[in-house]
Amino acid sequence: MELLILLAKIIGLTFLVVLPLVPISVYFERRFSAVIQDRVGPNRVGIPLTLFGAKKDFSFAGLIQPMADGVKLFLKEDFTPSYVRKAFYWLAPALTVAPSLITLAVIPFGSTLTIGGYSINLAIADIDVGPLFIFSIASLSVYGITLAGWSSNSKYPFIGGVRSTAQMISYEIALGLSIIPVLLYFGDLNLGKIVQHQADHGWLLLPIWKNGHLGIPDAQTLLFWIPAFISFLIFTVSIFAETNRMPFDLPECETELVGGYHTEYSSMKFAMFFMGEYAAMVVGSALIITLFFGGWSAGFGLDESIKQLSVGGVGIGGLVHLGIFLAKLLAFILFFILVRWTVPRFRYDQLMKLGWVVFFEAALVNVFLAALVIAAPSLTTTVIALGAVLLVALTAAIIWVAKVSEERVKPNSGLLGQN
Amino acid sequence: MAVIKVKRPKLSFGEKIYFGALIKGFLLTLKHAVQSLRGKSRGADELASSGLGVTMQYPEQKWDDQLPEYYRGAPTLVTDEQGRERCVSCQLCEFICPPKAIKIVPSEIPSDDAWAKVEKRPLEFDIDMIRCIYCGMCEEVCPEQAIFLRKDYAITGLSRADMVHDKKKLYEIGGVRTGLVNKWNELK
Repeated sequence: MELLILLAKIIGLTFLVVLPLVPISVYFERRFSAVIQDRVGPNRVGIPLTLFGAKKDFSFAGLIQPMADGVKLFLKEDFTPSYVRKAFYWLAPALTVAPSLITLAVIPFGSTLTIGGYSINLAIADIDVGPLFIFSIASLSVYGITLAGWSSNSKYPFIGGVRSTAQMISYEIALGLSIIPVLLYFGDLNLGKIVQHQADHGWLLLPIWKNGHLGIPDAQTLLFWIPAFISFLIFTVSIFAETNRMPFDLPECETELVGGYHTEYSSMKFAMFFMGEYAAMVVGSALIITLFFGGWSAGFGLDESIKQLSVGGVGIGGLVHLGIFLAKLLAFILFFILVRWTVPRFRYDQLMKLGWVVFFEAALVNVFLAALVIAAPSLTTTVIALGAVLLVALTAAIIWVAKVSEERVKPNSGLLGQN
Repeated sequence: MAVIKVKRPKLSFGEKIYFGALIKGFLLTLKHAVQSLRGKSRGADELASSGLGVTMQYPEQKWDDQLPEYYRGAPTLVTDEQGRERCVSCQLCEFICPPKAIKIVPSEIPSDDAWAKVEKRPLEFDIDMIRCIYCGMCEEVCPEQAIFLRKDYAITGLSRADMVHDKKKLYEIGGVRTGLVNKWNELK
């Protein structure tokens, strides 16, 4: 029975919840970007009722479009160029999709669902090392891209693969460091418990209720909001970099590298890259929501009453929470798209500088800041003051070093320099 | 030649930190999204938008009444007030046609016909609309004002044969044109 439930959870959450989110986010990507650019976007594809003699076609505002895209990709010729390294060329797309889907295992999609006495936790694996598991698996997806770039044996994919490797390694550091304050605050690595804590005590970035009562949080929580917000910023931007989204889509920037690492891929192998990318986006948003925006919790002290909801002996509170989670997820995906059409692509050196010089240091200082805030109640005033002074000095030193080591902008050189 | 030294702009702290510009950008894109959803994008009225962005959705909405007088659509043959087909199959249009889209088979008008003195009319007149480039040279070269470019632009067919307009089809689209030069009309 346990095994059956686990199987049902894997199939249900992976194939019925997250994989459909991929075409939906593709659809939103196309429609929302169209709306931003004063266009209409794909709104036609539907059921061609006119073929069966009806007056009008039925289109779900174009919601079938991603399905049509999928069918198109299925039916295209799966072409393998003769000069590729075949084994790795075939392995790469799978290596891109699989990690994103595996990381889903630890994300709590909802609270518990009660059916016939069984209470089902709506996370596939409720393990105690959630974020660590996600980071360790997600960093594997760089292999897919790197292998794709290398095995294609062609120049553009190679450059894309190299860029992607460098970018992912750089931002992984900021990503890992930035959530340390969050983990310090919750004192737990179990994502389910983190979300439960947020449901009880207010979301990390919106701590305005406690045990079901709205109210202004205490001084410590209020102070912790600052490091929490800094780590949210760093984490979100690093997720953008990890998922190769605009403004960090250098591995596949169309203007320079044709298609980047998947230039030589066609048909379903290309679709796997596409899917992996969007699945990574979904997982990234899910992680941000889980850590900073209360995961499945509705907030405002409503969660306990939602948990008690039941229809005919089946506790549907979990499903309601699942719905709330998905709504938050969609909102975040829309945010991803908004960023894509707002922020232009970084230059490569700017990207590296942002990762190594700004985010790495900021995340590091942020860890100490958060530690100071959390430890403050058990410290004497002098120690707190000393810590604060040390922290300010550290920050100033880092900024100074960054400024000094910055390459000077040379005055006009070359022919013009002679004037 | 004067050398103009372009200085790098000095950025203030606020500009360097980049976040203000980011938020401004978000607001701008969001404004566009909201206005586009409300059908109030700039230029939506002038472009007769469908209510989503500035786009006119084609088969339902058309721009036909805005086409200019000189619009060059499908070439057609016309008849005049007396119902006489004006083409005398001189074949000038066939020879001038740059893509060689026109094919004319001339024939004589029998002597018992009321317009016998015109002597010739086309037996067949085919315009291959796959070849036609809508240049309007046929209209320009025609000495009889028999061929005109009309405003029809949606010319479709399921086969190559469908896309060839024969004489019947050409007169059907062209219809009657009045007020043309009437050099064959004795009554005048």
